[in-house]
Amino acid sequence: MSGDLNHLRGKFAIAGVATFGCGEAPGYTDMELLAQAARLAVADAGLTMKDIDGLCTASASSTMWSMPVVEYLGIRPRFLDATMVGGSSFIAHLMPAMQALESGQCDAVLVAYGSAQRTSTLSRKEIGKARLLMDPQPYEHPYQPMLPMSAYALAASRHMHEFGTTRRQLAQVAVSARQWARKNPDAFMRDPLTVEEVLNSRMVSDPLTVRDACLVTDGGGAYVLVRADRARDLPQPPVYVLGQGTAVWNRQISSMADLTVTAATQSGRDAYAMAGMGPKDIDVAELYDAFTINTLLFLEDLGFCAKGEAGAFVEDGHIAPGGSLPVNTNGGGLSWGHPGMYGIFAAIEGVRQLRGKAGDSQVAGARTAIVHGNGGTLSSQSTAILGTAEAL
Amino acid sequence: MVNQEGGVQAIYQAALDQGRFEIQRCNDCGDAVFFPRELCPGCGSGDLSWFKPSGKGTVYAVTTVRRKPEAGGDYNVSLIDLEENVRLMSRIENTAPDEVKIGMTVKARVAVNDGAGLLVFDAAEGEAQ
Ligand SMILES: [Zn+2]
Repeated sequence: MSGDLNHLRGKFAIAGVATFGCGEAPGYTDMELLAQAARLAVADAGLTMKDIDGLCTASASSTMWSMPVVEYLGIRPRFLDATMVGGSSFIAHLMPAMQALESGQCDAVLVAYGSAQRTSTLSRKEIGKARLLMDPQPYEHPYQPMLPMSAYALAASRHMHEFGTTRRQLAQVAVSARQWARKNPDAFMRDPLTVEEVLNSRMVSDPLTVRDACLVTDGGGAYVLVRADRARDLPQPPVYVLGQGTAVWNRQISSMADLTVTAATQSGRDAYAMAGMGPKDIDVAELYDAFTINTLLFLEDLGFCAKGEAGAFVEDGHIAPGGSLPVNTNGGGLSWGHPGMYGIFAAIEGVRQLRGKAGDSQVAGARTAIVHGNGGTLSSQSTAILGTAEAL
Repeated sequence: MVNQEGGVQAIYQAALDQGRFEIQRCNDCGDAVFFPRELCPGCGSGDLSWFKPSGKGTVYAVTTVRRKPEAGGDYNVSLIDLEENVRLMSRIENTAPDEVKIGMTVKARVAVNDGAGLLVFDAAEGEAQ
C-alpha cells in the first residue's frame, strides 16, 4: 500500500498528559485552561517548558491561535502545526508531530487545548451568530438545521431506516457512558441514568434528545510526544503510538455520500495498517461520542461490528463496564465532559488506561487502546492506536 | 478570466431570486453537480453548464428541529436526493414535520420572499398523509 507508515510504528511515545479545570472553571479563559494543562503535562513528562520545541494546537474561535499560544507559553518552537479539523484535531496532530520528531526538526512536541465554553461570559448563542457570519454554509444554513446536532440527527435517522436501529439502542450508548462515569470521580455527570430517562428527556432534533448529546463543559487538556528512546528515560511508563490515520471527506452533512459510513473507515484502516493490528487486538476504545449515534457509527467503521449491527451490540451490554469491549471508560463526552473539542480528552483517557492509572474504571491488563476523534458534522475522522511496551 | 455575473454561488442565487432552480452538469464526465462549484468534484473539469433539473426527489434523511410554539414551532430539515443523483438540504413545506418520512417522493419549488429565492420541497401528490 502506498503511504505505508509502518516505519513510524512504536518510535514515538506520549510521555506526559494532563487535564485542568474540566467541568466548570468559572472566570477562566480558553488560554488559561490550556496553559495550566500544558504546564502540568510537561511536568508529568519530567520535562520543563524550555524542553518544548514543537507545538500543536487549535481553537474553534481564534483564526491565528497558535501565535498567542506560543507567546503565552513563552516558547520558541521549531515545529508548529495548527491544523484545525474540529474535535479530531488533537489526534490528527499526532502524525505531523511524529514526522517532525522523525526528521529531527524538534525533540519534544506539546499538543494543547483549552475551552471555557461552559462558563465563558461570551454566550454560545453569540458565538453561534458570529460563526454564521464568519463561516457561512449557504446551502444549509437557510434551512436552520440546529448544527451540529441536526446533522447527527439526520445520520441517526438514516441508520434507523437502513438497519432498524432503535432509539432504545441509542439511549443505551448514553446509559453505558454514564455507567463508566459513575466509576470516575472526575466525570461531570455521575447520577444514575436509565434508558427510559434518556427516551423521556427533552427531544431536540429527532431522534436525538438532550441526553443523546454530549455535555457542555469547560476544560483544558495537553500531552507531550517524544521519541521512544527518550520516553524510556522519562518518569512515566511510555505510551507508544502504534498507528495513526486521519481522513476528511466533506464539511457539510449534505455532502456526505452515505450517512451511515464515515471517513473513520479510512482513518481506521490507515491506523490499523500502520500498527499491523486489527479490531480484535484492541483492549480499550475511546470513541468521540458527541452524540449517541457517533459511538454506533465508529464501532462499525472501526471494525468492532459489521455495518448496521452496532445497535444490537450496544444493547447486549458489550460497551458498558463488564462488557467485551470497554468503550469511553472515563464516561465520554456524554457523561465525563465535553469542552468544545473532545479529541484530546479521548487520547488522554487512552493514556490513563494504558498507564494502569484509571482507578475504578481501569480495564485490567489493558495493553492497547484505540482513540478516535471526530470533527465538524461527521466531517473529519482521526484514529490513533496506542500501546504499552508489551504491545510493541 | 472572471465571469461578469460573478461566481457560481452568486449565479445560483440570482436564478433562485428570479424563481428558477438550476444546477450544474459537467460537460466532460456528465455528472450533475450540487452544490454549485467552479470545478467538477467528480473529474476536476472546469467545463460546467447550468440546467433545470426535473425537481423530483426522494427524502434521504430527516429530522424535526424542536422549537417552542411561540418561536414558530417545530420544523423539518431533510436531505433530499434529486433524480439527477445529487443530494441537498432543504425542508418539506406542505407536510407536518412528523409526517415527513425517508423515502417520500418530493417536488422542488422556489419560494421567493422580498426578492430572495429559497429552494423548498413539497410532498408529491398522493404522498401527503
Ligand atoms: Zn466532471
